[in-house]
Amino acid sequence: MIDFTEEQIKRYSRHILLQDVGVEGQEKIMNARVLVVGAGGLGAPVSLYLAAAGIGTIGIVDADVVDLSNLQRQVIHFTKDVGVPKVKSAKEKIEAINPDVKVDTYFEFLDSSNALDIIRQYDFIVDGTDNFPVKFLINDACVMAEKPFSHGGILRFNGQTFTHLPGTACYRCMFKEPPPAGAVPTCSQAGVLGAIAGMLGTIQAAETLKYFTGVGELLTNRLLTFDAKTMLFRTVTVKHRDSCPICGSSPTIDHLIDYEQAACDLKSH
Amino acid sequence: MAKIIVNGETQEVLLPLNLTELIKQNDVSQPDMVSVQVNDDFVDRAEWDGLQIKEGDIVDFLYFMGGGM
Ligand SMILES: [Zn+2]
Repeated sequence: MIDFTEEQIKRYSRHILLQDVGVEGQEKIMNARVLVVGAGGLGAPVSLYLAAAGIGTIGIVDADVVDLSNLQRQVIHFTKDVGVPKVKSAKEKIEAINPDVKVDTYFEFLDSSNALDIIRQYDFIVDGTDNFPVKFLINDACVMAEKPFSHGGILRFNGQTFTHLPGTACYRCMFKEPPPAGAVPTCSQAGVLGAIAGMLGTIQAAETLKYFTGVGELLTNRLLTFDAKTMLFRTVTVKHRDSCPICGSSPTIDHLIDYEQAACDLKSH
Repeated sequence: MAKIIVNGETQEVLLPLNLTELIKQNDVSQPDMVSVQVNDDFVDRAEWDGLQIKEGDIVDFLYFMGGGM
């Protein structure tokens, strides 16, 4: 049992006041270790809200430096941070928001050589990446390591997310393999309304907090999509697929795969 | 005419109609970027041509969304 300081009781009072969270829930949040992959459009709101919530340890993986074109949506980075590694800029903001939070930074790409080692150190993983190779890598590594994760994707005016727990539908249950590289529009080519990243990222942050506090029902076996043009949200029921190549009854994937980088590579935006 | 539900909305379609044709009718501009579920089961791309739509089918198109940064 954590002995809350008076300052902590005050800081987290709006959580503690929630019957479903309370002191116990807040303690779970403060003992939690979350890995955020990508300190970009999704990773920014996710990290800010998790920091404010008092998540004990936040790990951030990102090999990029802040670019001026990021600032339209990556709200954890400021104008003065242009040229600074995103992990450094993010760590600085997290610590400024909440000195209780310990931040681990990984100034590198997540790939088949480091994914399992990094992921295994955390209780929950948030996918805030912008390309399919890493989205599939995160899925596969989390399934292999039996880690829960939140998937997120945004494009133009749309967002999409689901939460995976061991045994529930995974990304490959829905999308067997990455789309052909030539067919892929991503942020840098297709554009994205900045606030969409906030809409989706805050859903991912809420799922993370729900996971640790055990409140409500997670977005498992459901894919949530929204279109900000109409503000219509839709949840599609998806089933764990027995023939899934990674989480099915006879998986065909037994190692992590580094798919060829899709058209929008991490350095080009 | 047969009534089916596509992405949560009722559509009237002329049968016979296979899944590939339904995808075309729904203006999916990049079929490579879509995963299709019919009556809660995912249908592999290779089976789209052979799958005949029938009255009451529930079809969901799930789009690849890769952005995040
Ligand atoms: Zn699966």
